[in-house]
Amino acid sequence: MALIKIDNVKKQYVTGSDTVEALRGVDISIAEGEFVTIMGQSGSGKSTLLSILGGMNHPSTGSVEMAGIKLYELPGEKLADFRAENLGFVFQSFHLIPYLTAVENVMLPLAISRLGNKAKKEKALAALDQVGLAAKGDRLPNQLSGGEQERVAIARAIVNDPKILLADEPTGNLDSKTSDEVMALFRELNRNGQTVVMVTHNPENCQYADRTIRLKDGMVA
Amino acid sequence: MKLHNISINNLRRRKAKMAFLTIGLAVGIATIVTLITLTKSMAGDIERKMDEFGANILITPQSNRLAMNYGGISLGGISFDQKEIKEADLAKIATIKNSKNISAVAPKVLGGAKVRSHDVLLVGVQFDKELRMKQWWKIFGDVPKAENELLLGSDAAKVLSVMTGDTLTVNGETMKVAGILDQTGSQDDSLVFGQLRKVQTLLGKEGKISLVEVAALCSGCPISDMVNQIAELLPDAKVNAIQQVVEGRLKALDQFRRFSFAMAGVVVLIGSLIVFVTMMGSVTERTTEIGVFRAIGFRKSHVMRIILLEAGLVSLLAGFVGYGVGMGGAKLALPFMAESKTAVLVWDPMVAVLALGLALVLGLLASLYPALHASKMDPTEALRAL
Repeated sequence: MALIKIDNVKKQYVTGSDTVEALRGVDISIAEGEFVTIMGQSGSGKSTLLSILGGMNHPSTGSVEMAGIKLYELPGEKLADFRAENLGFVFQSFHLIPYLTAVENVMLPLAISRLGNKAKKEKALAALDQVGLAAKGDRLPNQLSGGEQERVAIARAIVNDPKILLADEPTGNLDSKTSDEVMALFRELNRNGQTVVMVTHNPENCQYADRTIRLKDGMVA
Repeated sequence: MKLHNISINNLRRRKAKMAFLTIGLAVGIATIVTLITLTKSMAGDIERKMDEFGANILITPQSNRLAMNYGGISLGGISFDQKEIKEADLAKIATIKNSKNISAVAPKVLGGAKVRSHDVLLVGVQFDKELRMKQWWKIFGDVPKAENELLLGSDAAKVLSVMTGDTLTVNGETMKVAGILDQTGSQDDSLVFGQLRKVQTLLGKEGKISLVEVAALCSGCPISDMVNQIAELLPDAKVNAIQQVVEGRLKALDQFRRFSFAMAGVVVLIGSLIVFVTMMGSVTERTTEIGVFRAIGFRKSHVMRIILLEAGLVSLLAGFVGYGVGMGGAKLALPFMAESKTAVLVWDPMVAVLALGLALVLGLLASLYPALHASKMDPTEALRAL
């Protein structure tokens, strides 16, 4: 059974008198434990697709089903709860909170959970350990290199054991050596059972994935 | 890690921002604290000052007197069944419920006397009490101390052609002019003052009092209650509040309060605007951060709580700082603002509570819209990268 099922998803943006069709009927199915990369040129609709998958962007039409739940039929803040429990995000620019240390950044998704402080810290340290940064937990983001910041961002994304890890151009701001290390980390997480959906424009990243979905002009090519 | 840790860490590691916000709000709170404290202190000072201006309760003997005044010209009056105030009854005034509000009790005995072929009004007073009540009196010469010494009003001295040190014969007794009053512009100018005891003897009114002037401290003192309390104890006397003086005092105080409230209102408005603009700027600056919060599953209410908690903490700090600075400012400003050098700074714990409460309410209210705005941010728009 598919963990993610997207049926005929369309997304239109209206700006003044112009209407831009970012997605024009996309059907995708992703199985549990799969590592899928979404490739496409700028403007192909891949970022829109990822934000729809992340429960942050209502599609104009079509349905998005994750783990058997129709995402955009969830009432009010239940969508936020779904994100907190099932999704992990890795952003292109890391988006670490500058005034929180590495371990505090990793603990961020747990701030709204009912776990005790000790359990939260243990989970955060375990996630940092998983990305090889346990020793630098007390550092602020500006005291870490780009690759290290990316690892902290990955640790933050996996700390709540999400069903799906969504990554948006995670190597976009990294040199090739660090990019390889980060991609290897994603591969390792995937081998441990983590479902990964990654948007990238770097063809080299596709070799780490089980499958690549190519988007062109808002449709699966 | 809880939501409050995010707020605290943000404030701790963004010290400049926090300091700016704190100072902005603290200046407003300090101004209010200074104004309120100064007003209270000055009001106290004014009350003390005003109490120096004279009596505000007049006790006269009960009589069925028909006034014969018309157009400001007095033709005397017809008195019958007149009862005197007994000097022994004066002690009762000190026993009334609001006795702590009494600043001075000045008894007087009045009567006509023949001096150097002139009819004069002789007034027997207790000079220490009279001088406490009439601090504007300027005396050339000395205040009468001995029993046979007199103090003359300026007009009386002119009419009787006497100077300090001269002697006068009053009802057969030789009296010495110890001092002469500078022109006061009041009825005092034409009077001849002597020691109460001596004048009672000269007028044959031993143990009797013609009228008593009472000065009451006006700090929330219920003059009408005091009038009733005195009247109950002295049934043979007529006790009246000199309304004009009382109302004048209350009006002056009221004007001070109104001024301070108006100023406080303006400062509250400015303080609120500072908090609003700063918090709004802070929210805009943290757009990406708020996008991350929403993306990882924070509810709108979580985002609001983070922003409002920050505002609350800064507001409390601003309240403390504002109170301290405000009281310091009031202490420094009081000597320049108060009329007398003896003005005392009022330390009112309610002002501290008000400062903290106001800072908190002000900070939270001014941050409410920025917090709402933050919570309603579209995470996709906020992150843009997605």
